[in-house]
Amino acid sequence: MAEKAVQSHHVVVIGAGSTGVAVAHDLALRGFAVTVVERGAIASGTTGRNHCLLHSGARYCMSDPVSAQECAQENDVLRSIMPHAMELNGGLFVALTEEHRAYKSRFQEACQTCGIDAPWLTPEQVLALEPHVHPDNLGAFHVPDGVFDPLRFCLSFLATARRNGADVFPFTRVDELIQRGSAVEGVKVSDLHTNRVRRIEADLVVNAAGPWAGEISAMAGLMLPMDPTPGVMVSMRGRYCQRVINRLGMPSDGDIVVPQRETSILGTTSWSVPRADTIPIPEEHVALLLERGRALIPALAESEPQGIFTVARPLIHEMVKDTRQVSRGFECFDHAAEGVQGLVTIVGGKTSTSRAMAETTADLVCSKLGIQAPCRTRETRLESYRAFYYT
Amino acid sequence: MKQEMSDPVMAFDGNELWTIHYRVFRYKRSSGKPHYDKFNVEIAPHETVLDGLEKIWAFQDRSLTFRHACHHASCGSCGIRVNGVEKLPCIVPIREVTRDGGTVLCEPLRNFPLVSDLVVDLGQFYRRLEEAHFQIIRSSEPIERDEHESSNVHTRFENCIECGLCVSACPVSGTDGLYFGPAALAASWRMIQEPRGVDPLSVRSNADQEHGCWRCHVAFECSEVCPSNVDPAAAIMALRQDLLKRKLLRLFQRGDHDRA
Repeated sequence: MAEKAVQSHHVVVIGAGSTGVAVAHDLALRGFAVTVVERGAIASGTTGRNHCLLHSGARYCMSDPVSAQECAQENDVLRSIMPHAMELNGGLFVALTEEHRAYKSRFQEACQTCGIDAPWLTPEQVLALEPHVHPDNLGAFHVPDGVFDPLRFCLSFLATARRNGADVFPFTRVDELIQRGSAVEGVKVSDLHTNRVRRIEADLVVNAAGPWAGEISAMAGLMLPMDPTPGVMVSMRGRYCQRVINRLGMPSDGDIVVPQRETSILGTTSWSVPRADTIPIPEEHVALLLERGRALIPALAESEPQGIFTVARPLIHEMVKDTRQVSRGFECFDHAAEGVQGLVTIVGGKTSTSRAMAETTADLVCSKLGIQAPCRTRETRLESYRAFYYT
Repeated sequence: MKQEMSDPVMAFDGNELWTIHYRVFRYKRSSGKPHYDKFNVEIAPHETVLDGLEKIWAFQDRSLTFRHACHHASCGSCGIRVNGVEKLPCIVPIREVTRDGGTVLCEPLRNFPLVSDLVVDLGQFYRRLEEAHFQIIRSSEPIERDEHESSNVHTRFENCIECGLCVSACPVSGTDGLYFGPAALAASWRMIQEPRGVDPLSVRSNADQEHGCWRCHVAFECSEVCPSNVDPAAAIMALRQDLLKRKLLRLFQRGDHDRA
């Protein structure tokens, strides 16, 4: 019996955040027929309210070397496939106190292990590069951090997926999974532009709904213990640095300032909430971010917040030990193991690693459908995000 | 005397909750006429107009469509008209537009094809930005200068966040569907100032058309609503001056040639 061609396999991807869009792009590039459904606007969930940090990996080099190495590799790939969606000016890990500087050798070794280039700069060199960093700093590591635009990041993936034949339907909410027995065979959706309901049949459904992934898998009677873990960010008027400014040490609250366009984004905090929609912002988190941001860059005291926002990280329960010490890695589930065919869930991770998450997911999709098609996303330059709107 | 800054954290008003009446424009393709729906929303005065729309979506009507992503005036996707004025609702606190018991009117941007509720079609708008060869990344001057400033060249995104507020506010865009609009013309001027490999002559000839920079009525509404310091009106004026200067120069040069 001849194998079915890859084009005759239809995959529905639920969610158009960074994970879903990267999965759609990967599958379309391998030749699958792909349909993306997203209940809201593109990047209207976790990805949109992102810190905009293109990780060099240095942030996790001491706490989570596996994630750090993944970030370092993906950083190189993303720079080459979507340079138009990024400000690439590097980053600093600044020691403000002796306590911070005590991490120097450990950080240096961890960066080396993870393959991250991180030269040490003297306080004078730091101030020559970034005059607004605290004048009493004790030196800093220079790392290849960057800044991206999360919406454009997603649109670039989707514009390219569309060029390769994918259909993309924002404002299309999944109401039910179509099941025969326990096997998932598509989705029943509401088109919110028309309020019409329709069925989309599929050979396989990929659940990339981020912190809402549990709601999708529950439609198939599956238990996915999501643990939405939000963080607060404060966008300050004015750009006070060219590079990402991190505080040297283990990742903790209020230890980073990310410049973007004419703003400086202070981040972040971490706590746990029962549900991911409309999370109230704790006032004390904002106060803490302002205080710690000013410790890194005193001139921020002259500025004022332009936007204060929060959103849930898409973590699942077993990943969370203490909300800070969790692995920022990702998990890809084949629900066949729980008796449900035709459904794959991808959760966790970071926008910076979404291409790698997509590769793992698409490999699983290929193996489930008996397709042999190599991943080509590492070397495929993405379309301009604008193409998503006018093609 | 240095102006005293209010402590931004004080912008939080304790646990105070206001009841706000949202009047929201509604339209679904193939299901009746456009109309307004009223929603009562419990919201703190420091929360934003966009927070209120999200609350309506989360707790009252999951069919409400509106675009949003970054919630800090960077992605440019949430633009609507709030009480008749073009805004990014993600950075507009409730207390800035109404008071407890007041009304907030939310309507889609004008001068774009309507898709549904607060969502409009930006396809043509983005095509015009591409036609202006508008690049996304620029080499920037450091914004905060002082005597220690380094001379490094940095890259950063262009100021224009491509939100469409200027086009919605522009009276000419409302009457002439072929008009390029303030954003695309401001983009042309940026490309002439900093061509980055693009041929400025082609950018100039694109802007130098009936529906290009000469169509502007100098209403300045675009600069009034721009949330990102682009000042499209000034850019259009600069573009006109630049084109006029070149036309005059060409005339004189031709005159010299005739006399010779």
